[in-house]
Amino acid sequence: MKKTHIILLVLIIGAIAALISLMPKGGTDLLSSYETIASAKEKSGKFVHVVAKLDKTQPIDYDAMKNPNYLSFTAVDTTGGKVKVIYNNAKPDNLEHSERLVMKGKMNGDVFECNEILMKCPSKYTDDPNRIQESLNKNTN
Amino acid sequence: MDYIGEHLLPGQIGHLLIILSFVASIIATVAYFISARATNPVDEASWKKLGRIAFFIDAISVIGVFVILFSLIYNHRYEYQYVYKNSGNDLEPKYILSSLWSASEGSFILWTLWHAILGVILIFTSKKWEAPVMSVLSFAQLCLATMMLGIYFFGTKIGSSPFALFREQMPDLPAFQFADYALRIKDGNGLNMLLQNYWMVIHPPVLFLGFASTIIPFAFAMGGLMTKKYGDWVKPVLPWALFSACVLGVGIMMGGAWAYESLSFGGYWAWDPVENASLVPWLVLLAGIHTLIIYKNTGRSLQTSFFLIALSFILIVYSTFLTRSGILGETSVHSFADLGMNAQLYLFLYAFFWLPAILSLNGLNKKLIASGAAIAFLLLAEFVHPIFALISPIAALVLFLVNMNKLIPAIKKEEAASSREFWMFIGSLVILFSAIIITAQTSLPVYNKVFGIKMAPAQDVEFSYNRIQIFIAIIIGLLTAVGQYLKYKETGTKYFLKKIGLPFIISAIASGLILAFGNINYDKYGIGYLSFVWAAIACSVFAIIANFSYIWIGIKGKLKLSGPSIAHFGFGMMLLGILISSSKKEILSYNTSGIFVPLGEDSKELPGENMTLIKGQKMDMGKYWVTYASDSVHPKKSQWYFKIDFEDKNTKEKFTITPNAFVNYKGNEGLMANPGSKHYWDHDVFGYITTMTDQSKNQDTSTFHAKTMKVGDTTLYGKKGFMVLEDVKSIDSLPVDIFGPDGKLFEARLRVYPDMSKLTEVDYSTPRLALAKGSFLNVPDTLSSGIMIQLNKADDEQIEIGVKIPSTVTQYLTLKALKFPFINLLWLGTIIMAIGFVVSMVRRIQISRSQA
Repeated sequence: MKKTHIILLVLIIGAIAALISLMPKGGTDLLSSYETIASAKEKSGKFVHVVAKLDKTQPIDYDAMKNPNYLSFTAVDTTGGKVKVIYNNAKPDNLEHSERLVMKGKMNGDVFECNEILMKCPSKYTDDPNRIQESLNKNTN
Repeated sequence: MDYIGEHLLPGQIGHLLIILSFVASIIATVAYFISARATNPVDEASWKKLGRIAFFIDAISVIGVFVILFSLIYNHRYEYQYVYKNSGNDLEPKYILSSLWSASEGSFILWTLWHAILGVILIFTSKKWEAPVMSVLSFAQLCLATMMLGIYFFGTKIGSSPFALFREQMPDLPAFQFADYALRIKDGNGLNMLLQNYWMVIHPPVLFLGFASTIIPFAFAMGGLMTKKYGDWVKPVLPWALFSACVLGVGIMMGGAWAYESLSFGGYWAWDPVENASLVPWLVLLAGIHTLIIYKNTGRSLQTSFFLIALSFILIVYSTFLTRSGILGETSVHSFADLGMNAQLYLFLYAFFWLPAILSLNGLNKKLIASGAAIAFLLLAEFVHPIFALISPIAALVLFLVNMNKLIPAIKKEEAASSREFWMFIGSLVILFSAIIITAQTSLPVYNKVFGIKMAPAQDVEFSYNRIQIFIAIIIGLLTAVGQYLKYKETGTKYFLKKIGLPFIISAIASGLILAFGNINYDKYGIGYLSFVWAAIACSVFAIIANFSYIWIGIKGKLKLSGPSIAHFGFGMMLLGILISSSKKEILSYNTSGIFVPLGEDSKELPGENMTLIKGQKMDMGKYWVTYASDSVHPKKSQWYFKIDFEDKNTKEKFTITPNAFVNYKGNEGLMANPGSKHYWDHDVFGYITTMTDQSKNQDTSTFHAKTMKVGDTTLYGKKGFMVLEDVKSIDSLPVDIFGPDGKLFEARLRVYPDMSKLTEVDYSTPRLALAKGSFLNVPDTLSSGIMIQLNKADDEQIEIGVKIPSTVTQYLTLKALKFPFINLLWLGTIIMAIGFVVSMVRRIQISRSQA
């Protein structure tokens, strides 16, 4: 590596760093964090990832006939936190059967406004013996 | 217990072959290594012979493993866990192959199979490089064989065998308490729905050929270290490096095409860790090819070439670690399941991080000290702090770089700022820089693991990558355009301006026109980012035109020499395709009208991206009228197909897309949608189902009402509909094997008026009734208005039909539709780039032969 190389590289990296820092920041931070429902409430308005479960005792509100882009349900997490979630998109079809939800969004007042939900479903790929037995029962006679 | 109905022999042979390939690859590694280091020609030849025999045994074993696993899946041997978990009776024959490589074990087989084939080619073509190159390749085979061993070594499971018996893996399950359990299992768990796509038949073999071929440049570089002829490997390695870059590049883009056509992720690239993990080695390999060419022409950059080529393969192994260890967890949608082999995968990675550093040291003592250090780091990582698991690979890379700088004397004189080699080198560094940033961002789950923190990816993952890579695109676009117009050593200003003048002017006009009339106003991230997109578009247009022109301006149309120009031309086109299609992607299904009722609490004036369609009703969707016309279900699988009619409001053009969805398939609760699409030369329209009527809860309670009719009769139905029987056909000559000797098929044709006040609305129905092997089989017909008509009885005189009017439950679905413009530029660019690589490769092989 020669002097010119070093100078040029520093210039390029510097230019990119400078340009990145000039770009708009709103909601585009390079990272966010995983939070519990309680800690997400403390960071109201900040974009976070929350890992929780669907509260099956509460109703799921979704009616594609009225509005296909409105879903609301209640989520609970392992620390006992509870929150109402609003998701302005179609209802993920396997929501009721999910074991765990990774919700991306932010708290707004009392509700968690969610941009994206990832579902962790009891899929056939888990090595839970009960699941496998269940699957085997279906496929045997 | 004596089990009956099991087919144990194929699995035993398969397992034996895996062990054989393991042992053979140990022998091949050692024998070839001794041969490479031998000074006496007799020793060299005899060790090489042993190496060859061992490698052939390895290759045959690996091919045998592949064939046996294929036949087990093909014959539905569900007593094998791999077969049960990854296949089912309903699979079309083409998906047998997809099943084979759908999980971790099978994809290792694919990888090692390609190594075997490439190894055999190398034995016959690499001449004096055979021993060193094959010793490294055999070592990689050894590592891969351990991944499939599936044996216990002092209580630790090593590898995961595709031939493991289901009952041995889970002996306590009630299902395996019967001696005839194998006969009881009638069906497998089925192939993952996402993988039931034709791209999954061809994308993995191509991608894994790309993966497997990156070992060859690496092996040549290591061969250069072993033989201490540091510059000699460059000539023979170039064709292989070009081959590898070509195949890996095409494989990655095929994965993009799969994502684009099947995943409903709304695009071909989502910066998913799994995608990044294969992109990064490709980028580093491209950088390495450029520095190798610099070395060939000027004698510079050899150290950098060693480093980049070695790093490219190390990153392949790193990508294997990321995608198979389960470490990606929540950040990726398509990594493999965790098989509990993390330690083993890490050791595989670790060995290849340290191998170049150790080989670059002179003298046995130093090598032993470095190996000791590597092991010490490993122990520190295990027992002190996991941070050493990060420090150690970096230490290995630094040690390698330092050693290479010592071994290869640098050229004192600096290259001129007007020389081609100077800018090629800068370009390589920029590509490396891009690769480092992507790796740093992708490795987030690794930092979480090492430091015990809980950081999550950004809110807008794609933008967190794009905002950096857009600058790389600008610089690389520009360098791609001017690179070939520069001469080695130095370029005269006059010469340069004269040659590049015309392409520059044409590009300026062309990009000016695109930016002025192309409506590229992607201002989601502000005007600043938009201006960078504009700059990148201009640079990629320049890259396209400059490289195309160079074929005539620079090399006077000599096709033999045009490989680089073609490849760079294709690359520029890919860049332009990526920029335009991403910045002009449109969501068509904004819920602008129809039955959207704004409710108090959710009326955030956020137009939703999904639209509800009611069966049979024409709905307003922006530029289109859309109608959910009909649906049907796959005869064997729980897979629904929908017909959605589009009509362009302006042009009146009509077309139909047919998205489909798996519903509660094989115990996977829920819906997995595959989009339907309509392709045009300049854009594609995509639509997929986000929710649909719950078919299980929606059991229709209405029944069929029987009516007897003769041809010409009219009958009323419902409140205002009526139908006329036009014709009844009966067919006797039917295939005996399906219908039996007395088979008969009746088909009635009815003209249906759903509303007697609107006689212009006519529909036709053709219900059928088959008499097959003594039993009657009904084929009812459903009309778009929802009524269902079946043929209950028929003879040549009269028929009895059953009419069912669906109860009030309305059939609906919600649709998400997208428009992608100019995606074809990306696919075409990929193909052209691949052609460019092939032309270059042929040229490099010729040079290599003529000078050998």
